[in-house]
Amino acid sequence: MSAVAGATLRPDTPRTAQAGPPLLEVRNLKMHFTVAGGIFSLNKAARIKAVDDVSFTIARGEALGLVGESGCGKTTTGRCILRLEKPTSGEIIFEGQNLCNLDRDALNEKRERMQVIFQDPFSSLNPRMKVGSIIGEPMKVHGIYPKRKERDQRVAELLSVCGLNPKFMDRYPHEMSGGQRQRVGIARALSLNPHFIICDEAVSALDVSIQAQVINLLEDLREQFNLSYLFIAHDLSVVRHLCHRVAVMYLGRLVELADSDELFTNPLHPYTRALLEAVPIPDPDIEKLRARNVMKGEIPSPINPPGGCVFNPRCPLAVDSCRQEVPQLRELKPGHWVACPRV
Amino acid sequence: MPALLIVENLRTQFDTSAGTVRAVDGISYTVNEGETVGIVGESGCGKSVGALSILRLIPDPPGRIASGSIRFAGEDLLTLSDAEIRAVRGGQIAMVFQEPMTSLNPVLTIGQQLCEGMELHLNLSPNEAQARATELLDMVGISEAARRLQQYPHHLSGGMRQRVMIALALSCKPKLIIADEPTTALDVTIQAQILELMRDLTKRFGVALVIITHNLGVVARYADRVNVMYAGKIVETGAASDIYHRPVHPYTLGLLRSIPRMDRPRGERLIPIDGQPPDLTREIEGCAYRPRCSFAVERCVRETPPLEAVASGHTSACFEKARLERLLKEAS
Repeated sequence: MSAVAGATLRPDTPRTAQAGPPLLEVRNLKMHFTVAGGIFSLNKAARIKAVDDVSFTIARGEALGLVGESGCGKTTTGRCILRLEKPTSGEIIFEGQNLCNLDRDALNEKRERMQVIFQDPFSSLNPRMKVGSIIGEPMKVHGIYPKRKERDQRVAELLSVCGLNPKFMDRYPHEMSGGQRQRVGIARALSLNPHFIICDEAVSALDVSIQAQVINLLEDLREQFNLSYLFIAHDLSVVRHLCHRVAVMYLGRLVELADSDELFTNPLHPYTRALLEAVPIPDPDIEKLRARNVMKGEIPSPINPPGGCVFNPRCPLAVDSCRQEVPQLRELKPGHWVACPRV
Repeated sequence: MPALLIVENLRTQFDTSAGTVRAVDGISYTVNEGETVGIVGESGCGKSVGALSILRLIPDPPGRIASGSIRFAGEDLLTLSDAEIRAVRGGQIAMVFQEPMTSLNPVLTIGQQLCEGMELHLNLSPNEAQARATELLDMVGISEAARRLQQYPHHLSGGMRQRVMIALALSCKPKLIIADEPTTALDVTIQAQILELMRDLTKRFGVALVIITHNLGVVARYADRVNVMYAGKIVETGAASDIYHRPVHPYTLGLLRSIPRMDRPRGERLIPIDGQPPDLTREIEGCAYRPRCSFAVERCVRETPPLEAVASGHTSACFEKARLERLLKEAS
């Protein structure tokens, strides 16, 4: 997508979302990393286009799923939004302000409103801190409830909102199970009353029975506090369950974006189709009747991506022009955007 | 089909500072020649320890196989000498592990690792082994096989490494392959490639497959029969379609209800299983699932329900299985 066309070809807020300007708008986001060449390559540096020209919006109260396989740039996109990375170019407009132009103080203020829940409930909590301090620290940093007593009260409240006994305040992370720790991570994310939470593989590390508990909790919290989520995950059935809309990424690019119902019943991009076909359904009778068109090949190296459409080497529909031209996202149906000229 | 592997009343325990962990607590099951058996359950239910016990790969100490028998092709693997069990490992029974990076030796080439086993188990000469290794890589879909044999594991992607693991598993013409979470570390499109490959090759060579996974979808697609494990015990066994359509253990039902499914209408709320699995260092009285079970009755507190048949080839370890069956029938 060229910079000029980007302004008009941006996937828009869907009909299902609430009226008003979007909470978050990502415009033509690019995050390119430079990796040094090896000692024999005469220091020729390579550029990795981790995120390449990605645009989407998230409305208040909306959950947008971001799916794709490892290395497709979904986590980097999330890190750019939180401004944990400085994007190479593009705009991130959160509640009307472009985060890319803010200075440190202004950015910190905005960060109160956006939080993140990580995948691994073991490494994302400080093992030397008690649960009470883990959840209370963001409030301390941002000067909310400066008094210890009020803060503890708020921590107790957050714990019970997340389905934990307030007594857990005095425990250390290692005294808790994975599911309980993930609830602590969620309580910490909620501590500053955010409007927007990035869930980066937030339920992937959990066992199915515990995963269902946390999924239900995330759903309830979204409704209760009118939260918006960017739900980054590789498990398509979880994304389908939790998200209103879904964006599919491949090798740094957005290849399809649509309402969940639409995307899962009528996937258009050949990559999305292959991805959906690869997900096994927990029903042996359905599985017996399903076609097994296993997609061939592997994701190419992002250091040396294929020319034209990045998906063309694995694509069953690819023609010559796919190897030259980078396909643009276009709206085939209201709200259904696809970056493939062949569908 | 004749039985190939018969596990009877297997108990594997670990002595830890917190007490004895009863990781596998009296499991019995059979794997017939050429069939695929899925073993499902959540982390810590004993599915991996149970599989490692078959090849006596449990580190001792702290682990030990406390009782039971494992009969494979007529022999009790637990009574074999160390030299005899080594001949079985990688020979008649091969394993595929979850993490293809750590299960291949990083300082040996792919060729060395493939050939070592064949020279040992099949008495092939180095040249014959080399030729067969090339064939095997070809068979698992690795192009330029001859060149790949010279490469080290770090040259290959995760999916390729798992293909090498499958080649390695098949190299000595095993009768049984145990695959422990073989695709959990892989992306979904690569997962599909690897599972299809395993299925095609095991069917082609008539190799029995035990596939251990937490993914109910994978089991539905690939297993003929399924064992469901909870807290070190098998709680339900049956043909795949029985387990998925007519579960007769509350835990199986709980698992099936707690996964979001692509084949169901969106917006259905998940029904999670409350609570969490028990601490296996403590002696569990009665049914281990009772604290989380909505069907529990007085009797479940003291007595451990035995695995009993509800229909031909379908068993459940639940006192209330008849009530559960009736309720599900009424609901459908």
